[in-house]
This record gives sequence, C-alpha cells and structure tokens, in this order.
Amino acid sequence: MVSLNAYLILAALLFSIGAVGVFTRRNALIIYMCIELMLNAVNLTFVAFSRFLDNMDGHVFVFMIMTVAAAEAAVGLAIIIALFRNKETVNVDAINLMKG
Amino acid sequence: MQLLMFYLLGFGAVVSALLLVTNKRPVAAAMSLILTMLFLAGIYVLLDAHLIAALQIIVYAGAIMVLFLFVIMLLNVEEKAGRLSNRKIALQFISILVVGAILISVTGLIKIGPSQVVDSFGTTKAVGQMLFTDFLLPFEIASILLLAAIVGAVILAKRRIDD
Repeated sequence: MVSLNAYLILAALLFSIGAVGVFTRRNALIIYMCIELMLNAVNLTFVAFSRFLDNMDGHVFVFMIMTVAAAEAAVGLAIIIALFRNKETVNVDAINLMKG
Repeated sequence: MQLLMFYLLGFGAVVSALLLVTNKRPVAAAMSLILTMLFLAGIYVLLDAHLIAALQIIVYAGAIMVLFLFVIMLLNVEEKAGRLSNRKIALQFISILVVGAILISVTGLIKIGPSQVVDSFGTTKAVGQMLFTDFLLPFEIASILLLAAIVGAVILAKRRIDD
C-alpha cells in the first residue's frame, strides 16, 4: 500500500514544476500549459485525500476543477488569440498594454 | 505491485512535466503535458478514482489539450525554433498513444484489497449520486460558468466589425 505522503509529495513535485514553468517561460501558451499542470497536481491531492479518508467529496471537487479548467482554457486561449491579432506575438514580455 | 506502479507512473509524470517546462517548441510541450495527464490518470486508477481517471483522459488529455494544440497551430508561433518534420510528429503521436494504452491496461490489472474501501468507491454511479444530491447546486452553477465561458470566448476571439 502506497502511503498518503507519497501521493502528496508527487503532487507537490508536479505543482512546483508547473510553478517554475509559469515563472521562467515567456511564451504565453506554455505558461497556460504550466497552469494546467498545477491544476492537475491539486486534483491529485484531492483524489489522494478522498481515497485515504474514504470520503468521495474530493471527486466532486475534482469534477468542478475540471469544469473551471475547461472554462479557463477556452477564455484564456481566446485572449491569447486576440492579443496575437493585435501584437503579432505571444511573448508575455512584449504584452504590456496595462502598464502605466 | 502497487508500489512499483506508483513509482513508475510518478516518475513518468515528473519526467514528462520537466519536459513540458524545458521544451522550446510549444507543440512538443503540449505533447509532454498530454503524457503527464495520462500518467496522472494511471495514478487516479491506483487511488480507486475510476470516473476521475476516465474524465482526466477525456476532458483534459482529450478536449482541453486539443484546444491548446489547435491554438498553437493556428498562431504558428514555433517558426523561430525550427519546425518538426511530419515524421517526428507522427512518432511522438504514436509513442503517446502506445504509452497511454500500456498504462491503462496495466493499471487495470491491479487488485486492491476489498477491506480498504467499499466496492462502489469512485465509480460513476457513486460519484453521480453525490453530484445529483448533495452537490446539485454547484453542479447547476457549473453549467452557468460554462455558458459564460462560451460567450466570453466568442466575444474575445471574434474579429471586431470596425477593423
């Protein structure tokens, strides 16, 4: 039997890798993918706790996170397309419209 | 056996996540993210979350990542780093497919002792029952969220009439 800690460590590893990606990459599409990776890591902790506490509430939470991730991907990619149409780039360093 | 599967799947998930973060080409990064999600689906099966494992493959590795790939190819931002040849794309595609198939079939073999959780834990029936009784209101609100996302995506991505 794998311990709960092992699952949590794996989720933490994946979350940190995703966070590193968000902070180091400059391509907006890859930053979005890293955010998806972080959401996946959180889903893993929900499922692991759900299993070890013998309570299925966590599965419903994961279902909701997937819904939010789908909505976020649709809106976020639409924003990236709109930005690309105006700026011809997806490099986040070049996108500074909101900067004073 | 279960421990071995956990280490294999976990190692695969971490390695493909590292590939996602380090890869220069967006298409290759998206492919490694799909691989990470397939490994995670295997781990969900280890945790008895059968419905979530299926949803992970269908919704995440299927729908969301196809949307990502679609946008990457639409924007064509990988010009600077050099293009992948068709053969390489095909090889990547086949390898992901093979790995996914092996993972799903192997994780299906694992038997977890019935003493730990009830048989219906994580099945579609059990999760669905919770979703339509205790969590009915959040479930309905999720549909409004999806509607708002559809409308928002259409408004954001459409070309303005005045330009």
